[in-house]
Amino acid sequence: MQTDMDDKNILDAATEGEYKYGFVTDIDTHVIPKGLDEDVIRYISSIKGEPEWLLDFRLKAYRHWLTMKMPDWAHLDIPPIDFNAISYYAAPKKKEGLKSMDDVDPELRKTFDKLGISLEEQMRLSGVAVDAVMDSVSVKTTYKERLAELGVIFCSISEAVRDYPDLVKKYLGTVVPYTDNFYAALNSAVFSDGSFVYIPKGVRCPMELSTYFRINAADTGQFERTLIVADDDAYVSYLEGCTAPMRDENQLHAAIVEIVVEDRAMVKYSTVQNWYPGDKDGKGGIYNFVTKRGLCRGDFSKLSWTQVETGSAITWKYPSCVLAGDNSVGEFYSVALTNNYQQADTGTKMIHIGKNSRSTIVSKGISAGHSQNSYRGLVRVAKQAANCRNYTQCDSLLLSDTSGAHTFPYIDVRNDSSVVEHEATTSKINEDQIFYCNQRGIPTEDAIGLIVNGYAKEVLTKLPMEFAVEAQKLLQVSLEGSIG
Amino acid sequence: MSSIKQYIDLYNEFGPRINTASHEVLNAMRPAALASLNECRMPSKGDENYEISDLDAIYSPDYGVNIDRLDVAVDTEEPFRCDVPNLSTILFYASNDIYHDNQLASSQLPKGVVVASMRSAEVDEVVKRYYGKVAPIDNPQVALNTLLAQDGMLVYVPAGTVVEKPIQLVNLSRAASPMMTNRRMLIVVEDMAQVKMLVCDHTQSGDVDLLNTQVIEVVVGKGATFDFYDLEEASAGTHRVSSMWVRQAADSNVLINGITLMNGTTRNDYHIEIDGERAETQLLGMAIASGSQHVDNHTYIGHNVGYCRSNELFKYVLDDDAVGAFAGKILVAPGSPRTEAYQSNRNICASGNAKMFTKPQLEIYTDDVKCGHGATVGQLDQDAMFYMQTRGISCREARTLLMQAFMSDIIDGVRLDALKDRLRHLVEKRFAGTLAQCRSCTVAQVCHTKIKKK
Repeated sequence: MQTDMDDKNILDAATEGEYKYGFVTDIDTHVIPKGLDEDVIRYISSIKGEPEWLLDFRLKAYRHWLTMKMPDWAHLDIPPIDFNAISYYAAPKKKEGLKSMDDVDPELRKTFDKLGISLEEQMRLSGVAVDAVMDSVSVKTTYKERLAELGVIFCSISEAVRDYPDLVKKYLGTVVPYTDNFYAALNSAVFSDGSFVYIPKGVRCPMELSTYFRINAADTGQFERTLIVADDDAYVSYLEGCTAPMRDENQLHAAIVEIVVEDRAMVKYSTVQNWYPGDKDGKGGIYNFVTKRGLCRGDFSKLSWTQVETGSAITWKYPSCVLAGDNSVGEFYSVALTNNYQQADTGTKMIHIGKNSRSTIVSKGISAGHSQNSYRGLVRVAKQAANCRNYTQCDSLLLSDTSGAHTFPYIDVRNDSSVVEHEATTSKINEDQIFYCNQRGIPTEDAIGLIVNGYAKEVLTKLPMEFAVEAQKLLQVSLEGSIG
Repeated sequence: MSSIKQYIDLYNEFGPRINTASHEVLNAMRPAALASLNECRMPSKGDENYEISDLDAIYSPDYGVNIDRLDVAVDTEEPFRCDVPNLSTILFYASNDIYHDNQLASSQLPKGVVVASMRSAEVDEVVKRYYGKVAPIDNPQVALNTLLAQDGMLVYVPAGTVVEKPIQLVNLSRAASPMMTNRRMLIVVEDMAQVKMLVCDHTQSGDVDLLNTQVIEVVVGKGATFDFYDLEEASAGTHRVSSMWVRQAADSNVLINGITLMNGTTRNDYHIEIDGERAETQLLGMAIASGSQHVDNHTYIGHNVGYCRSNELFKYVLDDDAVGAFAGKILVAPGSPRTEAYQSNRNICASGNAKMFTKPQLEIYTDDVKCGHGATVGQLDQDAMFYMQTRGISCREARTLLMQAFMSDIIDGVRLDALKDRLRHLVEKRFAGTLAQCRSCTVAQVCHTKIKKK
């Protein structure tokens, strides 16, 4: 007969996974000296050959950032960060005149192969267009030509600034202004690259667009910026993945994602976040302080966020929807798994401004080891937003008696025709369910895997196929050997 | 400039006069309170838990303080008129923050039980032992109350004593010009003792702005049972900043029910620490607000040990321009196995201008728990409204019926049948809109009719 102790050991074993993306690529990288001042910003801007207006935007953001303080309201214990000990720009050195995949540094290609993103393979077989960003710089975008035929623009934001300046200028900073928060201001000042997507009116993007982010160089921060615009009646599904090497020092990742959704358009944004989470004793790992926001500007527009968060030492991230258009729809599906000494404070904001706007929030937290996992969400219904509907469900599963699960929902309703519902539960893995599985001949370890998998299923099914597989694998890594 | 300064100045100028009319234990705490106030500022918008109720603004007006303890003429008949029919209580009253001893009432108390003003000599020992020990002096609300409170009410129930009849305290507020009162209560329920309390707030001075600050400290011993009903039926000009601090020992059972029917701006903090295993806590509350009423309830239940249960339910109905806020936190400390904690907040916005802010929170640091919370903001069920109209019930009546039904969970939680009846009446009247215009008449009529029927 199994004792409590055995159960505990199995749980411990099940929740101790190894991070398999922790390698470092030995690649020639251009890293600028540490520290941040206006000259650094000017330098970044000049390397990238940016127009004057963008430099102005960066400088304004930087000056504003200087007046701001690091936010301390989250349920996180963030050690002080020395922003002058970070290098704000690192890029794999490029050979001039990259013409084909063969010109890409073989080390770089190997890196992406290791990550499971064989750019060419991917291009040929999976039908997913990939933009790979290493240390803040976009290294390769696949499928560009085919997309261009439809008028879809999918390129690095640096290229977009060069080739489509009016488009970028029109939308950059409109959803997340540089004044938004501390990290958004920092990002606006120093962002080095990211992806730009524009889907013209009436176009349904025929393939998933995907960006892989990789931090490689030491002592650098990664500050990428993604801008997605879906014009009237457009549709796009966008995937984002990220990994980083194992290092004892913490590295900062402060990104911005802005999405604009026009009339009847739909954007589906999926993330599998797997930055290095630090070791078993909480040493190292990425600080993931990200601002993601979509503006459903058009009537009948829809934005759907799906995220699987398993990485990062500290996560501070609230993908949000501003539902400004009438009948617009916002969705947020999240699985956040924290283990060892990871901390996560994540959730969403649904700002209902348009009439009849609807939102759904499903958040599943899983806490193991000594980790702290918080859901923080805001549902605000403005006075003019008649007949709005929100449903929020956030559940937490605790896998160890030293972990923590917290829920901080904020609900502001300012009219009499909207209905807002929130429910949350917190519990440990149901012993009855494990017992039932045992009865059916399923060992405890597999049972835990089954239960966790089933628990997260509601969210995992929202992911596009390719990512769903990866997300399941990730949960496997994080709860090693337990998912059958 | 923080609103605290004017009170510090007041104390610095009139400290000796404040002390003269007060108990030495209350006076002994003042330096610590002053030191704490000098260190802090009154929380305001921008502070996490005060986004909706800006305490700094509430304390800012230039209120008079009755430091010389001049007796205020209040209609002492009123509490008797409002007496709960069929509910026989042991009745005490306080006019503003002056607590009146009542020999007749005291004589009905079981032996050893003390209900008295903190000025009286017989309460010395208990007050010395517990005063200021439960409410934290570093909290600005508590510090300010401690700095200025000159009187308080002590309820002491010795070990093993059961007080069958509920103890009722009626707080009457009356002032000709804007005034601040600083009420204080200390309730000590020793091991295995049982007591039920009903506290009612009434205002007799129309629309004059009044600020009632209140700090209630409660110590509940092992196996003790404590019921506390807090009913606010004041006026639109009466503002209240109340905080209740409870410490619960093992096997104890606490029920707190906070009801706001009429007020100006109210901020209630309920802070419950469960320190002993197998303790049970029920925290209920309701608010019916219209006009420009503002009701903000903040609750905290700390499960510091295992094997305890808590259940929390707050319901609001908001009409006109009313603002409702609820923030509840349940904290389960590490090493508190088998904790069950539930929290729920349900609200109805009945007008386009009403606003509701809710923030139900869970902080859980151990795995062997069953915790849940839920919050809703919505309207009356349209299907039910339609159904009732098909049965010949008018729209207006159907609405009132549904709202009453909505509040019935809270009223059902009351463990005193007679009080349940009275609350049903009050809620009914409140929804009919009569309570607001002519509260004392309506209440009196209800009472008298019932008595006549008898």
